[in-house]
Amino acid sequence: MAPVTILDYGAGNLTSVRLACQRFGVDPVMATHASEALSEGAIIFPGDGSAKSAMAAVRARGYDRLLANALNAGRPVLGICIGMQLLFDWSDEDGGQQALGFFPGKVQRFDFPAHPELKIPEMGWNAVTFQKEHPLFQGIPQDTPFYFVHSYYCVPNAATELPRTEPAIGITEYGGIHFCSVAARKNLVATQFHPERSGQWGLKLFQNFLEWDGQEG
Amino acid sequence: MLLKRIIVCLDVINRRVTKGVKFHDNKDIGDVVELADKYCREGADELVFYDITASAEHRPIDIEMVADAAKRVFIPFCVGGGIRSAADMRNALLAGADKVSLNSLAVQDPSILTASANAFGSQCVVLGLDAKKVGVSQEFPSGYQVFIQGYRTPTKWDVVEWAKHAVELGAGEICLNAIDTDGVRNGYEVEITRKVAEAVHVPVIASGGAGTVDHIIDAFETAHADAALIASMVHTDGYTCDGIKAEIAQRTTLPLRR
Repeated sequence: MAPVTILDYGAGNLTSVRLACQRFGVDPVMATHASEALSEGAIIFPGDGSAKSAMAAVRARGYDRLLANALNAGRPVLGICIGMQLLFDWSDEDGGQQALGFFPGKVQRFDFPAHPELKIPEMGWNAVTFQKEHPLFQGIPQDTPFYFVHSYYCVPNAATELPRTEPAIGITEYGGIHFCSVAARKNLVATQFHPERSGQWGLKLFQNFLEWDGQEG
Repeated sequence: MLLKRIIVCLDVINRRVTKGVKFHDNKDIGDVVELADKYCREGADELVFYDITASAEHRPIDIEMVADAAKRVFIPFCVGGGIRSAADMRNALLAGADKVSLNSLAVQDPSILTASANAFGSQCVVLGLDAKKVGVSQEFPSGYQVFIQGYRTPTKWDVVEWAKHAVELGAGEICLNAIDTDGVRNGYEVEITRKVAEAVHVPVIASGGAGTVDHIIDAFETAHADAALIASMVHTDGYTCDGIKAEIAQRTTLPLRR
């Protein structure tokens, strides 16, 4: 497997992501600044927390340029949770926050005023419906549940140009909203759920990423 | 659709899982990491580890145990017992725990809830709440009183009022345990679990008293809990999480991970 760099920007707990890599025999570099990242191999962009402080840290540590360069170079990149959300153009969180813009679309909050029984954040296991075949999904059954913890969700722009660039390749339903739970475009993939916390099938998805060459397959 | 969770609780003394009745008469069940791995393979949706002697021994939670569990457990897990400060909490999370349960400390120093939610996110902060039925009064309008220190010490708090206050301060989930039912397998305290579940916007875990599949169905359908915590059923009574879920699926339309 290719070497892996995990981007640490002080947003959340990276231990379980590191342990998931180590389970597959990969000892990842835990970068705290772009200058510490490996110049080749895959990049994992995880994180919890709020968009504004996360984006400030991402820029301060030079990860915006690192990710742009890695995407151009064809290196596999995996965003997880807030790491996925920051890959879109814009987040409504914290009064609105410009994000990295690698996926077209925005991030908005769950809001169920008529249904107080629907908890926010969505916390727990929920099924992911795959919209197309992708190397990330290799060997994983359709509608497998994965583990989510999030109050905001990604809303990709509908594709207008050809070839289609609509990034949602996995969809999940919560409170009647069908949100984008997996996004992909070329060598960039992202999951709203935590594959490193999603048991057998989460580990399979993680392994698929570690074995991925960045081609859409 | 978000699925209902079944959480397996492992009470730990010196890395051995133990099971007591109403916090007494502890029986040895087995090695904590081996059992955690087994329960994951058998369909648990989440695990909770309580270092049940840490507080009494005035020591922090067994971090080495948390780290060893994290190498084998790839589903969410919470740890509790011996969390005395935000620093203890940070150590547990860095060792690989997803969530930390705060109980007596949160009552004695509620600011810990806000400090830990700000530092780590409220999704990491589970309020452990020990409830005892005392009857409805002006002091305890829900009819249930909050106890701490393993039910040795009563507090001034009504259960629903404390749950709401703790969520305002930063608790991201509530594990509601009832002393009258813990370890006796007569079912969860449905009444207070439902009151709390309806009063707060964070997930509520029904805890204490599960002995049959009916009890778990009650927790979801009647008490409106988001998750049901079990212990004896899988430790000593021959159930597995997968088996419990298969039976629930035969009898109800409750959404479960199978």
